[in-house]
Amino acid sequence: MDANDLRGITTLIVMVAFIGVCIWAYSSKRKSRFDEASQLPFSDEETPENNKSQEKQTHE
Amino acid sequence: MSNPIDHSTYNYDVVRKFAVMTVVWGVVGMLVGVIIAAQLAWPSIMYTDLPWLTFGRLRPLHTNAVIFAFGGSALFSTSYFIVQRTCHTNLFAPGLAKLTFWGWQLVILSAAITLPMGYTSSKEYAELEWPIDILITLVWVCYGIVFFGTIVKRKTSHIYVANWFFGAFIITVAVLHIFNNLEIPVAPFKSYSIYGGAIDAMMQWWYGHNAVGFFLTAGFLGIMYYFVPKQAERPVYSYRLSIVHFWALIATYIWAGPHHLHYTALPNWTQTLGMVMSLILLAPSWGGMINGVMTLSGAWHKLRTDPILKFLVVSLSFYGMSTFEGPMMAIKTVNALSHYTDWTIGHVHSGALGWVAMVSIGAMYHLIPIMYGRKFGEMYSIRLINIHFWLATIGTVLYIASMWVNGIMQGLMWRAFNDDGTLTYSFVESVEASYPGYMIRAIGGVLFLTGMLIMAYNLWKTMRADVPSAATLTEQSA
Repeated sequence: MDANDLRGITTLIVMVAFIGVCIWAYSSKRKSRFDEASQLPFSDEETPENNKSQEKQTHE
Repeated sequence: MSNPIDHSTYNYDVVRKFAVMTVVWGVVGMLVGVIIAAQLAWPSIMYTDLPWLTFGRLRPLHTNAVIFAFGGSALFSTSYFIVQRTCHTNLFAPGLAKLTFWGWQLVILSAAITLPMGYTSSKEYAELEWPIDILITLVWVCYGIVFFGTIVKRKTSHIYVANWFFGAFIITVAVLHIFNNLEIPVAPFKSYSIYGGAIDAMMQWWYGHNAVGFFLTAGFLGIMYYFVPKQAERPVYSYRLSIVHFWALIATYIWAGPHHLHYTALPNWTQTLGMVMSLILLAPSWGGMINGVMTLSGAWHKLRTDPILKFLVVSLSFYGMSTFEGPMMAIKTVNALSHYTDWTIGHVHSGALGWVAMVSIGAMYHLIPIMYGRKFGEMYSIRLINIHFWLATIGTVLYIASMWVNGIMQGLMWRAFNDDGTLTYSFVESVEASYPGYMIRAIGGVLFLTGMLIMAYNLWKTMRADVPSAATLTEQSA
């Protein structure tokens, strides 16, 4: 086995990783989780820790 | 001054400071850009005996100011804003966050003093000498602690995709900065790189292209993934696509650097690798562009009335355009024509003005009013945002079109041979032929800078709260 075999194997590993990410992301099991995540920019108006005391912010 | 709002949950102090400095450094950096564009167009009137004002010293000042001062402040501001709001928590270590602000301003100030004085490590986009490099590293580590600390203490189960992009940007820029700037100091402001020859060149462009890929792309995609959905008031088109293109983008960008060194002493296989990886890079880049643009499907009518959304969407169009142009220019035979010509400068500005600056400006117009207790996007004048939008768009188009013409012309003139094997044109003939393009580029730059000045005025009036915040998006002029 020489360096070129290693290079070939690396290419395969990267390909498998890419296909793996695609399958993982597009699996129907995760659809609801991602739908929820995509709403995160809109849930930020509520302030979940409004009642908690904040550290003092100083500015002039 | 005005009434900056202390939010009950989120720490806006450091976000606001960086937002204001984004506009200030935008004006300064682009002003230096206009000055050096004028120096190229009218060298005689710009001639000076002062070495501090020569093109060779002002050019790195321009690039450092727009990339690290303007772009950097925009990234700090938006990342601190987004990470808090999408994690439903306030900043981890607010004292450190404040330190990153003052530390980063100190870096910028040091650059503004040392670069005109001629202190340079001569590495493009990494010109700053070793004491400043160390300061950057310290600030960056604090930035990482604040950002990832905030992610760790988040109240949400999921880490929103924008934060993935910011996280990749922070980690990778740290690695790039440290390894490209490994150097032996020989004097307080003089050092030598530990790398030599072709290896030094490869390290430099591994850094240089990933400064584009992670500083100027991944970070700004983070901005896009928050502000485009927010301003369009609809979730991102495909969250799944965002995950796939995130991993593809960061895995591919890191290999593309050798395309800056085609036909040099770099081994040929490395050049070919860089070319192929650059071509592959089109796919993840367009994944992000399509995802952003398609977020507007069903909401296209908002573009008629909302100039902030116009900024964001046009920035994505320029992103798509320049990430098509980039891979094309990375093809060795195309590069044989384009390299060392003004085409490269046009390409960079298609990305820098069209994508990076426009998306930052859009995000700032969304964010700044929130910093002063208004609804998002409620700047002092919506009409002025619209004028800024058209100045920026026309300025960018003039800039890149003139550089395309100049670049292709220069490339063709330099490679033209007579039948007897002699060169058809001398170099100075190609310089002379470039003059109209330099003039149009300077005009484009002036338009873009004028837009930034209008933004600064709008920011000032918003800070002063000179109008009631009832100036809503709907009273916008068509």
